[in-house]
Amino acid sequence: MYFDLTDEQQAIKATAHDFLAARYKSDRIRSLAESENGFEQSDWDEMAELGWTGLALPEEWGGQGLGIVELAVLFEEMGYALAPSPLFSNTIAGLALALCGSDEQRERFLRPLAEGKLRGTPALWDAGSSATVGSFTMEARADGDGIVLDGEKVLVMDAAAADFFLVATSDGRRHLVERGADGVTVSPSTSIDTTRRLYAVRFDGTKVAAADSLPATGADYYAVFNRLCVALAAESTGLAQRTMEMAVAYAKDRQQFGRPIGAYQAVSHRCAQMLLETENARSAVYGAAWAADAEPESLPTAASMAKAYASDAGWRVPDASIQVHGGIGFTWEHDLHFFLKRGKANAAMFGDSKWHRERVADAVLA
Amino acid sequence: MDLTLSPSEQQFRDEVRDWIEANHPGPEPEAGLEEVMAFRREWQLKMHAAGWAGISWPKEYGGRGATMIEQAIFVGEAARLEAPSPANVLGLAMGGPVVIAHGTDEQKQRYLEPILTGEEIWCQGFSEPESGSDLASLKTRAVKDGDEWVVTGQKVWTTFAQYAKWCMLVARTDPDAPKHKGLTYFLMDMDQPGVEAKPLVQITGEGEFNEVFINEARIPDENIVGGVGNGWSVAITTLMNERAGLAFGAIAQIANNLKRLGALAAETRVNGRTAAEDPVFRQRIAQLHIEAETMRLNAYRGLTKTMQSGIPGPEGSLGKWQWADINQRIAELALDIEGAYAPLARGDEHVVAGGTWQYSFLRSRANSIEGGTTDILKNIIAERVLGLPRMR
Repeated sequence: MYFDLTDEQQAIKATAHDFLAARYKSDRIRSLAESENGFEQSDWDEMAELGWTGLALPEEWGGQGLGIVELAVLFEEMGYALAPSPLFSNTIAGLALALCGSDEQRERFLRPLAEGKLRGTPALWDAGSSATVGSFTMEARADGDGIVLDGEKVLVMDAAAADFFLVATSDGRRHLVERGADGVTVSPSTSIDTTRRLYAVRFDGTKVAAADSLPATGADYYAVFNRLCVALAAESTGLAQRTMEMAVAYAKDRQQFGRPIGAYQAVSHRCAQMLLETENARSAVYGAAWAADAEPESLPTAASMAKAYASDAGWRVPDASIQVHGGIGFTWEHDLHFFLKRGKANAAMFGDSKWHRERVADAVLA
Repeated sequence: MDLTLSPSEQQFRDEVRDWIEANHPGPEPEAGLEEVMAFRREWQLKMHAAGWAGISWPKEYGGRGATMIEQAIFVGEAARLEAPSPANVLGLAMGGPVVIAHGTDEQKQRYLEPILTGEEIWCQGFSEPESGSDLASLKTRAVKDGDEWVVTGQKVWTTFAQYAKWCMLVARTDPDAPKHKGLTYFLMDMDQPGVEAKPLVQITGEGEFNEVFINEARIPDENIVGGVGNGWSVAITTLMNERAGLAFGAIAQIANNLKRLGALAAETRVNGRTAAEDPVFRQRIAQLHIEAETMRLNAYRGLTKTMQSGIPGPEGSLGKWQWADINQRIAELALDIEGAYAPLARGDEHVVAGGTWQYSFLRSRANSIEGGTTDILKNIIAERVLGLPRMR
């Protein structure tokens, strides 16, 4: 029994921490949040250089061959830095190809993705649908050997930055469609979270060759889903850690009634609560990440526990931090609102805490 | 990172499991504290004979010298299998370790063996009516008289005082010193005319705790532990020992309670279906499972850290806070599931589940008070983990 990061994992954490702290200072995040695509290619190239684009992808396909624990380490730091980057959506596309693609598809898409030369993102939820996990309405209409896609996908992360989409259809399959393919229109969406871009993507008679449909079916994608939930929960844990630190620093510094406000229990106990929620989220995330790598049979429940808990903590802790900061925390000028918004967006994506608790209930009340 | 037990740890767990299963005396007697104590004394003798009493104590003092992970495994298995508590739980968890850490050779000779056998029960005389969380403000006085000390004062929340031979007593020996400096740690013989224990009836109707009235009781010099004026630091060791190692028992106990809660939900009908099918109850049950899991994983992380650094950190306060909170919420949810039957208590003809949840609901109110209130734990976390300014 040893529940801590290894030296190698600590090194990944330290590298990520320092790199992201240097790249994403407040001014830079703000200018990226207002830029056209929400990220910069030069950052991407550096991340690829560090091996992050293929971190948890097989070495056979150009990845680093590391595990979900390492991926969680990286995404906790991505959240801590509030890095605006397509790395998360790209990671999902990579895991989907690695776990559910054919070798030919892996050669064409996964290898360049792992090397940072191509970016992918999943296009899952259908416009007007309830956008629940695993339920899609777009039809894979037969057309010769291949299919034709018609309809609109919403909540597609980083679509303008992506070279290809993994489009979900009602039969539970995913299809590789290049952004430049005929009939594809990408339109930016307006989100509270400007540090992660969302888009609507229309497909009007877009043809997909048979070789571009992944061989896997619906249930197979839960292997991807469980892992991405761990990574996203890790990111939310990083948001919580950072905003807790901001609250503690402010509570030590800010004087009212002649004392630092952190000396008052109304404030200090709120900070203690933030620590509890952050540490719980971290334990749940690393427990689930370990399960993904070492005990996959317990991953579905562990992943849901992590996503449920970190979904709540990922916005409540930033929210509590705003309360500790008082008026200044409510201003646009202060960075806290970016963390709150990302936390709330993370909580809503890929099953909210209620959805994941229901999945836990299914497991524990069986 | 490895959340499984190593082969040698597994072997140890199997050994513990086999021994408890083979020797488990069954459930404790339901009525009568006397009967319960006799039952626990017998259990402790069995534990001692097999070398399980004083599991954390060094071998040279009659213990097992178990590693931290082995202690965690033992406590966890004992709670999971609902083994009884040993009779002398305070002597084993606090008294012995304090004597081992701060006692003289004579004291070790005199006190340790009867703690292990349960022949002499120990109690703890720390809290006073006017000194709860602010323990260092305590007023019980010890005045030197020849080679003895004369003690007068009142202690409260003293578990097992009525059965105890020895009281770990903290008293003020120097009223002029700053409050943390003027205290001394004594071992007081409870069998003397100046000491009177009276049970304090709790909200459960039981008398687990006592008030202890001390009127010119006498304690010889040789019963001081750690020297005159060092009572505060000796007492702190005791409290650290109380908290360390309890986590894994608490985790197993919560797992058992969650299992019972699931069974109650499956058996109870609400609005034409079982409570286990009710979406709101499902959410609450799942949330408790999630938090129990985070508590378990936090404890593993804490244990890993403690094994590396050698001392338990203030992070342990998080676990105690979380345990109290989860334990209370499990019982609250159980009563909500029982619905209109919730008021019916043990002994009633129509009571649900024998009234165990009513008892748990009431008993667990103390969880956020005993062994450090949740409010004080938050202060400790704020000041010692987060480094926030002291509130006083």
